[in-house]
Parts: sequence; C-alpha cells; structure tokens
Amino acid sequence: MTHGFDLEALGRARSHLSLRNENICIEARDLQLFYGDKQALHNINMRIPEKRVSAFIGPSGCGKSTLLRCFNRMNDLVETCRIEGQIEINGTNINNKALDVAELRQKVGMVFQKPNPFPKSIYENVAYGLRLQGVKSRRILDEVVEKSLRGAALWDEVKDRLHDSALGLSGGQQQRLVIARAIAIEPEVLLLDEPASALDPISTLKIEELINDLKSKYTIVIVTHNMQQAARVSDYTAFMYMGELIEFGDTDSLFTNPKKKQTEDYITGRYG
Amino acid sequence: MRKWFKSGDPWVWLNAAAVSVSLIVVLGLIMLIAVRGFGHFWATPVFQAEYQLPGTEAVLVIGEVHESEVVSVDRLKNTGVNVEGLDPRIERQLVKVGNRDLLGSDFRWVPVPFLKNIQYPENIVVIERREWGNFFGFLVALKRGQDTIAQGDATKEHLAVALERAQELHKQIRVIEKSEIGSINYSMERLRLQRRGYELEKELTPEIEQKLAQERSALESEYQGLQKRLNELYTEIKRDVLVAKISDGRELNIPLAQIVRFYEPNAMGLFSKLAHYIEKLVEFVFDEPRESNTEGGIFPAIFGTVMMVIIMAIIVTPFGVVAAVYLSEYAKQGFLTRVIRIAVNNLAGVPSIVYGVFGLGFFVYFLGGSLDQLFFPEALPSPTFGTPGILWSSLTLAILTVPVVIVATEEGLSRVPKAIREGSLALGATKAETLWRTVLPMTTPAMMTGLILAVARAAGEVAPLMLVGVVKLAPTLPMDGDFPFLHLDRKFMHLGFHIYDVGFQSPNVEAARPLVYATALLLVAVIIVLNLAAIYFRNRLREKYRS
Repeated sequence: MTHGFDLEALGRARSHLSLRNENICIEARDLQLFYGDKQALHNINMRIPEKRVSAFIGPSGCGKSTLLRCFNRMNDLVETCRIEGQIEINGTNINNKALDVAELRQKVGMVFQKPNPFPKSIYENVAYGLRLQGVKSRRILDEVVEKSLRGAALWDEVKDRLHDSALGLSGGQQQRLVIARAIAIEPEVLLLDEPASALDPISTLKIEELINDLKSKYTIVIVTHNMQQAARVSDYTAFMYMGELIEFGDTDSLFTNPKKKQTEDYITGRYG
Repeated sequence: MRKWFKSGDPWVWLNAAAVSVSLIVVLGLIMLIAVRGFGHFWATPVFQAEYQLPGTEAVLVIGEVHESEVVSVDRLKNTGVNVEGLDPRIERQLVKVGNRDLLGSDFRWVPVPFLKNIQYPENIVVIERREWGNFFGFLVALKRGQDTIAQGDATKEHLAVALERAQELHKQIRVIEKSEIGSINYSMERLRLQRRGYELEKELTPEIEQKLAQERSALESEYQGLQKRLNELYTEIKRDVLVAKISDGRELNIPLAQIVRFYEPNAMGLFSKLAHYIEKLVEFVFDEPRESNTEGGIFPAIFGTVMMVIIMAIIVTPFGVVAAVYLSEYAKQGFLTRVIRIAVNNLAGVPSIVYGVFGLGFFVYFLGGSLDQLFFPEALPSPTFGTPGILWSSLTLAILTVPVVIVATEEGLSRVPKAIREGSLALGATKAETLWRTVLPMTTPAMMTGLILAVARAAGEVAPLMLVGVVKLAPTLPMDGDFPFLHLDRKFMHLGFHIYDVGFQSPNVEAARPLVYATALLLVAVIIVLNLAAIYFRNRLREKYRS
C-alpha cells in the first residue's frame, strides 16, 4: 500500500537501522507529567539511541516540546509542573531531586525555537558556558570558540567580527550561533526544539545540514512540526498525539510503513 | 459636526492643547527665573537726581532703579505729603541707594513726580564692599597713611593699581586663614581627641603623652609662624584708604581691604558691561557667600547639593536593586509580596518632612548616637555623628527615593525575555549566575531610569534636609584636603535651602530677591545636568543591551 510519502523524493537514502542494534542514551520509563491538575504526558516509555538523530513529530499541543524539556529538566521552571516516572541519561536517573541541575544541563544542551543570543559579542556568546565553568585562559577560550563556530558552520561568516554584537547577525546565523554556544561545552545530548521554525528556507537547509554533521558526535533529539524535515534529517522518529507516545521507530519504517492507524492518518495529512 | 466628533479630531486638539499648555508653563517658569535672576548681574545705569518733597529742601539721590509700580496718590497723602496738583495715580520707583552704613538702608521708594533734573554722570562709581553692601557716590582721593597720593580724576587709575595689590593680599590672607590655619586647627583637634582616647582607655603612658605634646608644640609653633605672617599681611593690606563722597556730600573712608571691586556703570560700554557680567556670574557660581548670603556666590551650596545627591545615589542604587531582585526573582509571588509592593509604592507618596522626622529620630539620634558611643567616645559629650550631617541627609533621601529605584528595576527585570533566561539556564548556569551574567546587565538601563527619577526627586527636596543636616552657612565643605578628605559628619549647604534662607530669612530682602531667582535657576540647572549625565549613560547602556 502507498502512504503518499516518498522518502526518496526528499533526497534520503534508505538506511537499514534498527533500534535493537543501537546503544541507548536516553531512556524514559512510565513518565507522567502534570501541569497542575492537567496531565500533559501519559505513560511515556521510550529509548533514544546514542549518536543518532531522533525526531519528535505530532500536532501542536501533543506534548513533544514538553517531553523534550524533561530531558534537561527545563520544566523545573514551571512552578505547577509535577513529574512522575524515571528518565535515565547514560545510566543516571535525572529526576532525582539531589541531582545538580546545572551539571545536567551542561551535559544536555538545548536550542530553542527562536534564536536567543545574549546581548553580548559573538565571542562572549560562545564562551558563555565555558566562563560559567570558570575557564579564564584566553588561549583555551579562543580555541573553543573557533572550534565551536566551525562546528556550527558559522566560522567563515563571523571570523572577522567576533567582537561585534551577536544581535547584528541574521536569524539563521543567530540560530547557528546558539548551536555553537551549546556545543562549546561539549554536551552528550543536544535537544533542538523546533530549531528552524522561525527561519527562512535557506537558513533551514543550513541548519539541517548542520544537524547531519553533528550527529556523529552528539545524540540529537529534535522536535519539529514539519514532517518533511523529520523525514530528511532524522534516523528515528517518534509520533506523539495527545500526550501519548503513539509510535517510535526508525524513520524509514515509520514514514513508509506505520504500524498505527493514527500515525498513518497524521503523516498522510488526514489531520494535524 | 457629529462627523467631526466621530473623526477623533477634537481629541487630537485637546491632547495637543494640553501638551502646549504644559510646555508653555515650563518654558515660562524657566524664562521668568532666568530673566529675574540673571538680570541681576548686569551693570544697570546709576542716576543722580534732585528729590524734593513739597515744603522741604531738595536732596540729591544717587542710585539704581530696581523696579517701579503705579500707586494711588492717596497712599502718599496718608504719609503727610502735600499732593496737590498730582495725578490720582502716580509712579513710584524702588531705588537702590546703597551706603547702608550712612543711610540706614539700601533701598528706598521714591515717587517719580518729585524727582527733578535726572542725570547719569559718568563719574559715579559703584563700589562693592565686603561689609555694608554697595557704595554709590564719587571718588575723592586715595590716601596712603597720612599722605594723599591721588586726588580728583587721577584717583581712579591709582585706585585700580592699589586695589589689585590689596586683592592679592586678601587672597593670601584667605588662604592662610581658611585652609592653612583651618588644617592646623583640625590636626590639633585630632591630637586632643587622640589624647582623650588614650586617657579613656587608661593607656596614656608618659611616653605617649610626651609624643603628643611634642606634636602639639610643633603645630603650635607652625601656627605662631602663620599668625606672624598673617599680622604682616594685615598691616600691608591696611596701607591704602579710599576717600569717597556720597550723595549728600558726606565723605567716607573705605579701606582697600574692604573693596571687592569698583566700576563706573554710566561710563561702561557694552563690552565692559559684558565682561563685568561674566565676572559677576563666575563669582556667583564659584565663590563663597558674603554678607549673610545676600552677596557673593553660592559655590558651597552647589557643592553640597551635588555631593549629597551623589552619596545618595551610591547608597540607593545597590539597595534598591537588591531589593527589587529579591522581590521579583526570588520571593514567592503571593499575598505577602503583593502587600510589600503596595507598601513600597506608597512609600513614595509619604510627605517628605515625615522622612525628615524619621531621619532625625532614627539616623541622627539613635544610629549616630550609638556610633558616637562606640567609636568616638573621646569626643563626647560633643557629638561626631550624633548630629545632623551630610551622611544622614543622604541616607534619609535614599529611603525617600528607594521605592522609585525598586519599581523601575522590577519593571526592567520583567522586560528581560524569558528566552534569554532559558538560554542561559540551558547552558548550565544556575539562577544566580543567570541573573548576574545576563539578566542584571540587561536591566541596567531600567536601573538608570530609576536612578534618574531618584536624583531628580532628591536634588529638589528641602524639607527633610532642614532636620538632618542642611545649614544656612557651613564653615567648611564636606570634602577638603584634611585626612580623611571626605567628612561625612559635616553639615553642608544646599541650593534648595539656600533659596528659602536667602528669600525669606534674610535681613535684606530686597537685595536678596534676585539671588533667589538666580539660585533657583542654578538649582534647576544642576538637576538638569545630573539628569542629562544619567540619561547619557542610560542611552549608552541601552545601545549595548538592546534585545
């Protein structure tokens, strides 16, 4: 049967990945999340593989961003939020109250929907995380800033104006700067929350290429409402609906041969 | 017509009218005080006229017209003057005749119809003196001891030369009296306190006593030397005496030591008047007051005002910012924080004199008194900090203005986008690090706004200061060359209080009135300059942290 989703037309080579053969980086067990009385996530069980790109798709309000923000405990900022269940990242339960959240966030970097550079120079933006860790050596900072900006494919565009304000960059450049800022502290996981939704198509393309380059070094989790994007960049895809994880599997199978009816309906555009 | 109302035009007109009225009021106010105040320093012509009331002998009047008004002739009649043949309404002029020592008062009202033969002779001189106000009249001679060295027309040239010498000597005398002897007195006082301190601690050994006595005698001999030099200077400055004649022909000896400057207003051209004006203006801004504040300058008041505001800003900014950060970032938002916010906002509305009373009771008597007990027991019973002073004034104004800083800072904090905070937290920053490295720098423009408002309010406040540190005449500035340079315990002068004092407490109200306007304008100028400086910094910060 055909589902109206031609992966090859998106320029994607067929891969033959399977969750069973992967090392697991993030594992969620019976995860429930409440905002006050309202339950936003229901019984999430999932295993996200290491050094792969996993995409979360689903209609607006389905809880994909909320789930993503569980992985670096960004939901702590919401006062009414309550979480039950376990999340292990590389074997550590991060929902442990005694855990140092700042340390966790050094290991699990995050990039947000809208570029949010600090009103500082480009250099200081990238060096921010290192300065937090108390790095003062000019030599180390210079090195890391260059490496991170190269890693985020921004170096050539900004190398002559490192000390200009980051706010003078274009939206796409700002988003790559924010990615550079996140990889400067060498996290293990990189969470991307709709990183290209506020960008024009060319910038989006650059971000997608960047994600492809970065996956050899980081476990990447990306939230997107753009199915083509998920299909283009991800190795694995999770489909969420109404706070539940409907299906999680390798991208090829999920898009061409979904196991659940809801997934099929969504990717063929019957709703959402 | 209905259509016109519906179009919204009437509202636009109404708003524009409101703005224009406000602008006109502000500009009119500044114009009024500028014209009244700064007109005072212009050399006005001095007339000479025969003044004859019916049935009396004519007398000569010399003076400058200060103002004129039209009054009913009946008022004149009531004083027993024959008013036959006069209009029912006549003009009368307030004439500054000077020579307070001989004529009794500087000013007199003169009905214009009784003035005859008004002239403006070029040889009338005005002499500003250090005592007794201005002299109006004619030069007669210059004497050195018993010898007359110049007479008649030649007097003027010789006077100019001799006056320059006298002023140079006067300047030297002032330096010795004010700063050198003042500084010796200060050291002597410190020695005395040191000795008393040892005494109280029962540590006054003979060696220490001897050492202190030695230092003391060194200071004393230094003082003797200065006193000798001072006596020499005084004999020197007394050398020349000017003989001058006033309107009624009496002659007066004016020692040159008493003369600040002399000029012939009727003989001056535009440029010399301009030079005279600038000289007077510079004196006004940079010199000390004379003659119970009605002459001379107001520098100590400017200095005191600016310094008090700066100390206040140094106290109020960190205090207000820290309070705002706690209130909006850390405190649990609920009923209590809401009550605190309301209380803070209402603090700004408490009448300022109430703060003055609080400052006097709490800061001066309680805090200052305790400080004296603890740290300055050797000076007791005379208080060091337990008396009104610039520190307590600044502190009182700081609590008066802290609500403004809190409100402005809170507003600034709430304007920092959530995305920026999250971005910082996501990089592994704690909340405190996020605040310190990102949020607070972005809030600095708002803090500056709070500071600007606080400075504007504090610089214009007078009522509380009268209770906690401002005086009519401070012998010393709160900052000078004696260790520890900044004397927070000293009383100080303030422009706002100076206006009140000169305008309403002065023995010579007519002479002082223009100074009220000039001082008011200067106060406005000081506030504007302080504000412009703060706005300049704020704009630079805004440029840096715009997001």
